Amino acid sequence: MELVTPGIGLIFWQTVVFLLVLFLLGKFAWKPIMNALQERESSIENALSAAEKAKLEMQALKADNEKLLAEARLERDKILKEATDAANSIVETAKQKANEEGARMIEQARESIENEKRAAITEVKNMAASLSLQIAEQILRKELSDKNAQQALAQEYIREVTLN
Amino acid sequence: MKRLFVLLFSFLTLTAFAEAASEDGKFEPGAMITHHIADDYTWHFADGVVAYLPVILVDNGEFQVFSSSNFYNEAHELVPYNGYALDHGHIVKVDASGEPLADQAGLYDFSITKNVASLFVSVALMLVIFFVIAGRYKNNAKVAPRGIQSFFEPIIIFIRDEIAKANIGPKYERYMPYLLTVFFFIWFNNLLGLMPGGANLTGNIAVTLVLAGLTLLITLFSGNKNYWKHIVATPGVPAWLAPIMIPVELIGILTKPFSLMVRLFANITAGHIIILSLFSLIFIFESLSVAPLSVAFSIFMMFLELFVALLQAYIFTLLSAMYFGGAVEEHDHADEHH
Repeated sequence: MELVTPGIGLIFWQTVVFLLVLFLLGKFAWKPIMNALQERESSIENALSAAEKAKLEMQALKADNEKLLAEARLERDKILKEATDAANSIVETAKQKANEEGARMIEQARESIENEKRAAITEVKNMAASLSLQIAEQILRKELSDKNAQQALAQEYIREVTLN
Repeated sequence: MKRLFVLLFSFLTLTAFAEAASEDGKFEPGAMITHHIADDYTWHFADGVVAYLPVILVDNGEFQVFSSSNFYNEAHELVPYNGYALDHGHIVKVDASGEPLADQAGLYDFSITKNVASLFVSVALMLVIFFVIAGRYKNNAKVAPRGIQSFFEPIIIFIRDEIAKANIGPKYERYMPYLLTVFFFIWFNNLLGLMPGGANLTGNIAVTLVLAGLTLLITLFSGNKNYWKHIVATPGVPAWLAPIMIPVELIGILTKPFSLMVRLFANITAGHIIILSLFSLIFIFESLSVAPLSVAFSIFMMFLELFVALLQAYIFTLLSAMYFGGAVEEHDHADEHH
């Protein structure tokens, strides 16, 4: 019976001390502790979600980059193709032009050669004519100085004419 | 020889043995155990190391404060002092010849007994520990806990998440200070009670009465409309049963804290009694050969008591949280619960 009879003194002290401790700890220990725990938990949560967001952003960025890269590659191919085409066409035109020019030049050359040739032939003909005249003059002058010779020559001519 | 062993053991472990021998030198385990688990006006740390605690009396509105050493003479025998004397562990008014008066009315004992002193020690310990921890949180809140802080943090989080949040619900926050304080108060005092020379504070019905009473008061003051409706008009129960149901529910309000009070008191006291009984076996059989067995069992019981110390703190806190949860619960779906 002694054990299960609460004493007034201990009830009093227990009530006073416990309520005091409850107040003190509640105000100066539990409150900051609970707040700090909450704060830390929320900061960890925020950090995790921020990391997740950053990861997603990175992925989006990477996808964007890849898209850009692909676009750039496409653009480059297009430019290269255009450039090749342009170069080809230039070369083609140049070639054609060169051919035409060459043909024209050859034609011109041929023409001028022909002219030259004709001129040369004419000159040669003239030269030959004058030379023949001179020679004939010279020969005639020499031959006609000698009677015999003139005779012989005439003879020869006659012979030749007869033979023909 | 036997007397010597009694002294030796009492010096090393339990301090009450020396006084447990009756007049003819026969060992009385019952008296020893009762003496140990009861309150006292002196604090026996070890044989010969005694603190005499102050006695505070209110006698018909008049304060009387004096040291309890006045009740003992040089030979450590009880003597009356100033019209008061110790009688079976209680202070009573006595007449000139030292006989207790028939009329003890008006005498209230607010002495700093062994239990009260132990209470002071334990709360001082709690205040120091938790102020230090709170300081750590205040100074660098976002740093990982270290030292004593990392020991208590998981326990605090466990009480918050597994006890308060799980049983009270969204309104758990305002009950956290009480739950944390009551948990650590019970646990600390259970452990201090297991120390050699420690007081049996949580095994004292006055202490558990106050704790259970606070739980009851908090439950009643936080009871919402649904809580009271359940008591005066339990849903689903025919109205003509009300004369039976209302008294039953009202008794139910009281039996919950009553069970809290008795459970803690009985568990802690029983643990102390078992350990003391196991030691007493040595002196009952008057044989040293019992000692190894007795000590082995005592060590086993001590480990069990270390577990019980934590378990009882947990149960008291958990049940308190459940009662608070029942008081603040919103019964949108009341019929599913009952």
